Amino acid sequence: MKTALAATFLAGLAACGPATLPGEGVINDPSEVQNREVHAFNVAVDRAIVRPLSVGAGNAVPEPVRQGIGNFADNLDQPRYVLNNLLQLRIDDALANTFRFAINSTVGLGGLLDPASGIGLHAEATDFGETLHVWGAPEGAYVVLPVLGPSTSRDTVGFVVDRAMNPVRFFVEPPESYYATAAGIGGALNTRYRFSDTIDELYYESADGYAAARILYLSNRRFELRGEAQDDYFDPYTDTYEDPYAQ
Amino acid sequence: MLNKITPTRRAFLGLMGGAAALAAMPTQLIAQSVNAARALVDALLVDLYALINAGRSTSQLYSDFETLLNRYADLPIIAQTVMGVDWRRASNAQRSDFITAFRSYIARKYGSRFQELIGGTFEITGARQIRNFIEVTTTANLRNEAPFEVIWLVSSGSGQLKFFNLVIEGINLQTTERQEIGAMLDRNGGNIDAMIADLRNAS
Repeated sequence: MKTALAATFLAGLAACGPATLPGEGVINDPSEVQNREVHAFNVAVDRAIVRPLSVGAGNAVPEPVRQGIGNFADNLDQPRYVLNNLLQLRIDDALANTFRFAINSTVGLGGLLDPASGIGLHAEATDFGETLHVWGAPEGAYVVLPVLGPSTSRDTVGFVVDRAMNPVRFFVEPPESYYATAAGIGGALNTRYRFSDTIDELYYESADGYAAARILYLSNRRFELRGEAQDDYFDPYTDTYEDPYAQ
Repeated sequence: MLNKITPTRRAFLGLMGGAAALAAMPTQLIAQSVNAARALVDALLVDLYALINAGRSTSQLYSDFETLLNRYADLPIIAQTVMGVDWRRASNAQRSDFITAFRSYIARKYGSRFQELIGGTFEITGARQIRNFIEVTTTANLRNEAPFEVIWLVSSGSGQLKFFNLVIEGINLQTTERQEIGAMLDRNGGNIDAMIADLRNAS
């Protein structure tokens, strides 16, 4: 009965359809002043701690080990993906992620290896922010979170809910849960190391690192959520130019 | 009463006529231009792959990449778009200086990342007509990386078939560089010559 009710509820939510995405280059950033302060703080943290740590660890720890830690952390994200896939009524993705989790947790030695990707079964990454989008919640305002970086008001809610309802939390207890957290931090450092050129360029070489990170984040996030082909490209040969940054 | 309805009805019929004309547009012609755009991106990918894996010295790589951009990209229109409204007040000399500086900036900025693409493969996965241009979708397969999508927007608006925008996982070259050039202009108090000088030194 409860299940039937929940299913009806979900079906009702999904029937509302996903929220409309803002057009190409459209930015809603009413708290730009505060956001810029948080961005400056994040850059300072990166310069003083995250970047040196990731470079140090990246140089000291051999690539296969770093890859293993990253894989282990990624694998622990899979149950969370499945839960969100189900809430979005994307059963195909839920099955793919479940299958992936099963393969990597067993054949992949508890998630250290990633044989699933080897057979073309890549993660269908998702989060509760996307679930909210599927249920019809609009993007909201651009937000920069301390340490975590760019987000939106909708995705910030999503982030908090994801942390609270992560299935791994209910099945893994200390001290194993500490390993999971450590692997998560290790995985993040590894990502910072692997994409060091991209992130350095963005944070330290852009004419306006804040605005560059903002347009990059929003464009990529909307692409993830779109789920279909984009049509609203600007055609410089026929469209009249409108300045999307005009206030 | 009838008089009031007639214009609307006429407009409606006109619209229908327009739609019919659109539907009757030679589909063969569209198929031809879609195929031509596909062929252009195919040739571009072959040249790009050869350049990425050729093991050139940095300066040689940048100049070869500029040659490739000249052949396949409509740089004047990309430069014009990223400069936005400021293009209108720029003199002819400033415009041509900007195009040159912008081409070399793009070659350095993207060329410096080619190392990450060594050994990767690119394949065309789709092409379709959107309004007056063609979107060619490619998938990049890099080592230790989930496959990702790269879109080339192709048009013959310049008189020759060339790409005028590039979209990597939703991140649009035109939008991103418009933001960057705008920031450089702001930093220089709107002075176009100073912005161009900055662009020459930017990586």
